[in-house]
Amino acid sequence: MYRTPRLFLFAAPLAAVPGRAVAAGMPQLNFHDPLLIGQVVWGAVIFGGFYLALSRFALPRVERVLTNRRTRIQNDLDVARKAKAEADRASAELLSARHEAAEQARAHVERIQSEARTNAESYAAETAKRLEAEIASAETRITQSREQALSSLSEIATSTTQDLVSRLIGTQDEQTVASAVKRVSA
Amino acid sequence: MTGEASVAAGSTIDALGQFELHPVLGHLGEALRFSQSPLFMLIAAAVVLVFLYVGMRPAAVVPGRLQAAAEISYDFVHDLAVSTIGENGATFFPFVFAIFFFILAGNYLGLLPFSFTYTSHIAVTFGLAIMVFVISILASIRFQGVGFLKHFLPAGTPVWLAPLLVPIEIISFLSRPVSLSIRLFANMVAGHVLLEVFAGFTIMLAGLGAFGHVLAIAPIAINIALTALELLVGVLQAYVFAILTCIYLREAVAH
Repeated sequence: MYRTPRLFLFAAPLAAVPGRAVAAGMPQLNFHDPLLIGQVVWGAVIFGGFYLALSRFALPRVERVLTNRRTRIQNDLDVARKAKAEADRASAELLSARHEAAEQARAHVERIQSEARTNAESYAAETAKRLEAEIASAETRITQSREQALSSLSEIATSTTQDLVSRLIGTQDEQTVASAVKRVSA
Repeated sequence: MTGEASVAAGSTIDALGQFELHPVLGHLGEALRFSQSPLFMLIAAAVVLVFLYVGMRPAAVVPGRLQAAAEISYDFVHDLAVSTIGENGATFFPFVFAIFFFILAGNYLGLLPFSFTYTSHIAVTFGLAIMVFVISILASIRFQGVGFLKHFLPAGTPVWLAPLLVPIEIISFLSRPVSLSIRLFANMVAGHVLLEVFAGFTIMLAGLGAFGHVLAIAPIAINIALTALELLVGVLQAYVFAILTCIYLREAVAH
């Protein structure tokens, strides 16, 4: 992509500036130069040392720091997860306790309500029974009074009739009057 | 680029003089064949190691900038190695890391004025490529035994095609270190020659008087753009070299 215009740029000045630049040849290809081979040998030694320093000391050091961080983050995450689980459990406990308490309260209210209803019912029944008994006794008393009144009625009627008869005719026959009154009132 | 005046103040530009090797440390360097190329290899290795050492010194759980940079470079190459090579990637990770940063540091150091780019020498890049080649062959033998030779005849090929396919596969296998080394070498040489040539244009134009001084701005502007391009190419070529290394190693360890 970038190479084509670049290579063109590279070629243009070389074509424009002929002479020593090209004719002298590249120093990189002058293999008679002992320094050229020397740099390869030195390069091998330096690269070997570089590799050893990296693989023995430098890179494990970086690795240690990165591992340290990873374990630390992992530990922190674990702690946080544990704390969250505990909080969740506590919250669930709280919820269930509240639920239980509400259930208990409702049961309590129901019990009191039903007790009150039973009490009221029994009180009403008692009252009704008492009233009935009173009514019954009153009726008995009324019946007795009436019977009493009715039984004394014939006596009153007989004596009244005797009085009347004696005033009208001046005589009286108790037996006759009594039987006559009986006959009438029967 | 080189600081040595390889630009002849005249009509020619010596674009290749920057690649010449000179002994350093006087006679000792000459006797040890120690040129500026190994010197910059040493500097590159030292820079990478110091970067990792200083960066990781705090060893903090929450990294600072330099530590984050060191960790990112570690993670980047580690992911590259493990995702490309597979489960054995961790074994080769230090090797891939060394390759990537040796080349990257070489490419970037070479962009500094007065420095030298050792990756612009075919001998160096070919040496690196041959090392990758040999290690991948050794890994093949280690992980697959002689069975790795069956890669030269892709599975499911008709037998009568074998006389044609096997030589092609062998040639493509043997050309790996060549393409690997020439790709890096050519990119580096091209970039540095370009920088040198345009820098030479600036000096030549400056010799033309007041009008030339104004015109000389143009090659400088191009060189700025080229430097940015070279920053891209430097990391890209290091990445290409490293990922091709990983691909060859994956073939070596795959069953």
